[in-house]
Amino acid sequence: MSADHLRRARQDPAWVRWTLIAFVLAVVLVLIVIPVLLVFVGAFAEGVGVYWEKLVADPDTRHAIGLTLTVVPIALAANVVFGIAAAWAVTRFHFPGRTVLIALIDLPFSVSPVVAGLMFVLIFGLQGHLGPTLREDGYAVMPWLVSIACTLLFAVGHRLLLRGAERPWLRHSILLVGCAGVFAATLFLQLALELWPSGKSLSVIFATPGIVLATSFVTVPFVARELIPVMNAVGAEEELAAISLGANGWQMFWHVTVPNIKWGLLYGVISCNARAIGEFGAVYVVSGHIAGETDTMPLRIEKLFQEYDMTGSFAVASLLTLVAIVTLLAKAQLERHIERKP
Amino acid sequence: MSIVVEHVSKRFGSFVAVDDVSLEIPGGTLVALLGPSGSGKTTLLRIIAGLEIADAGRVCHEHEDITHYPARDRRVGFVFQHYALFRHMTIEENIGYGLRVRGVSKKVRAARVDELLRLSRLEGLGKRYPAQLSGGQRQRVALARALAAEPRVLLLDEPFGALDAKVRQELRQWLRRLHEDIQVTSVFVTHDQEEAFEVADHVVVMNAGRIEQIGKPAEVFEHPANAFVMDFLGNVNVFQGRVERGRAVLPGLEVSYPEYPHAESRDAAVYVRPHELEIERRKTSESSIAARVLHVSPTGSRAKIELQAIESDQLINVELSLERHAELQLACGDEVHVSPRRVRVFMPSYQI
Repeated sequence: MSADHLRRARQDPAWVRWTLIAFVLAVVLVLIVIPVLLVFVGAFAEGVGVYWEKLVADPDTRHAIGLTLTVVPIALAANVVFGIAAAWAVTRFHFPGRTVLIALIDLPFSVSPVVAGLMFVLIFGLQGHLGPTLREDGYAVMPWLVSIACTLLFAVGHRLLLRGAERPWLRHSILLVGCAGVFAATLFLQLALELWPSGKSLSVIFATPGIVLATSFVTVPFVARELIPVMNAVGAEEELAAISLGANGWQMFWHVTVPNIKWGLLYGVISCNARAIGEFGAVYVVSGHIAGETDTMPLRIEKLFQEYDMTGSFAVASLLTLVAIVTLLAKAQLERHIERKP
Repeated sequence: MSIVVEHVSKRFGSFVAVDDVSLEIPGGTLVALLGPSGSGKTTLLRIIAGLEIADAGRVCHEHEDITHYPARDRRVGFVFQHYALFRHMTIEENIGYGLRVRGVSKKVRAARVDELLRLSRLEGLGKRYPAQLSGGQRQRVALARALAAEPRVLLLDEPFGALDAKVRQELRQWLRRLHEDIQVTSVFVTHDQEEAFEVADHVVVMNAGRIEQIGKPAEVFEHPANAFVMDFLGNVNVFQGRVERGRAVLPGLEVSYPEYPHAESRDAAVYVRPHELEIERRKTSESSIAARVLHVSPTGSRAKIELQAIESDQLINVELSLERHAELQLACGDEVHVSPRRVRVFMPSYQI
């Protein structure tokens, strides 16, 4: 009797096990496996030749694929830079509002993409806060932005690369004078060369910049969320060790930080990539879905579907599904790597 | 290269980690910062290394003020408590890292790495990764890595804390010999007084962010500056009593204390180390405490006797040599007389 109890405590009876397994398998089959297979069935319904033609011959579809391939890398790059910066700030510094920041980074996950799109329309749209300014002289802000970016780069480079502890006041004055100089020089150069057109409107909404913004917003948490636990687990000691051994910030980052977080970073990038390619809601709102101009792949699929071009719609859909399957395989491979090398 | 610390303070929020500490570490010596956890010893070490910025005060190497130098320009070798080896680099790459970032050529680097592998008895392990080494080996790699770029100062944070007793013992002796060979000014942090006394030339006892006493190990042990140092440096029996007219009076015990000649009676604590107590079967001196034996454990080279004073119920620990123990033949429940060979009297300082 007691032996029987012990066995039960460790393991559920056979009928529970098998019912549960069968239930889960059935759900996965009906909701996931069959639909995915049907995508390919639909895509190849009229043969490989038609499939190929639908993808390549239609200029709007071609443009949509091209636009997605333009937007996604930009959004990915922004994400990697922001993700590393955010993870670094959160795990290496202690400042008031740290936990609030972590929560805010997660916000795009809980906001509906449509709302995210609407927010950008409210800011950059014609009736939005920045709308009128952007329409009258949209590029006026660009020289300032570029100059600020150059100055920041100079400051970071100065911090990372310049040695010479003997005269700290000299380093500080080089930093101050250098920053002012770089800012003034880049600003003057841009204005003098008239690099940016004046009096022209810069469209963000219903144009590529808006699609990039919306895609970046929706995918912001991916890399940061993946990196924060990794960087917490690795700790700052190795980085401090590198510094105490004489490495500068740049060397420390590339020799110690990057190798320690590379698998986590890659995992985040792959997840982010899959989400960015498939983003529909936010992009739908900001792009105005103009065929041949602002349609990305998911928008194109929807449009073909509305136009009763089932084969065309499924053909593009099969590309996205393929990306998803490759992502899945890559992640599985990466997880094995991460487990083996903690 | 001597290290001078002047009026250094550091607080974390409302917690004062280091409180106006001044300290001079002579060049070429091996110094232990000894104290309980939270005493500020690690923070002080990190301030010397430049890994932590002091709120106030100066840090100098010889006569050079390095307070505002970043860590990488201080030429300091730092050994982290948990080694902080670069996990994705081989042992060779780890040891050679300090030279690599300073732009030393590959050939020179390889020669120096070989030399250090030999010095730290790690020959043949150069191609392995840190995860493939034992704790003691990792510790030696960390030390070799810190020494590779010939630092002016070597700093070690709880260097043997994470190792088992036998390895720790070996590494202590190895560190001592290594220091005699290379003569680099070294500071290590420890909470283990035995470790500090065995390895260091000088011991700095810290408590609550302040320095309680600095001196040679024997000096500190024989002449503790205050009750904290006495208490911290190993087992001690504390008897509460009073001092007056050059004498300290305890229940059943009276000892001379010429440092306090005043007539006014004051509270004081009398500290006696276990090995400075003598046990007699019969009452042979005026100054002895009647006690009952509770427990006898002849462990290792000395016998530890636990007793309870009959009058005050206070527990007393005594250590006897094995010969004396054999002579006395103590058993539980025996009534004996305990007398101190040597006492130290400390009056609570806040009353002064």
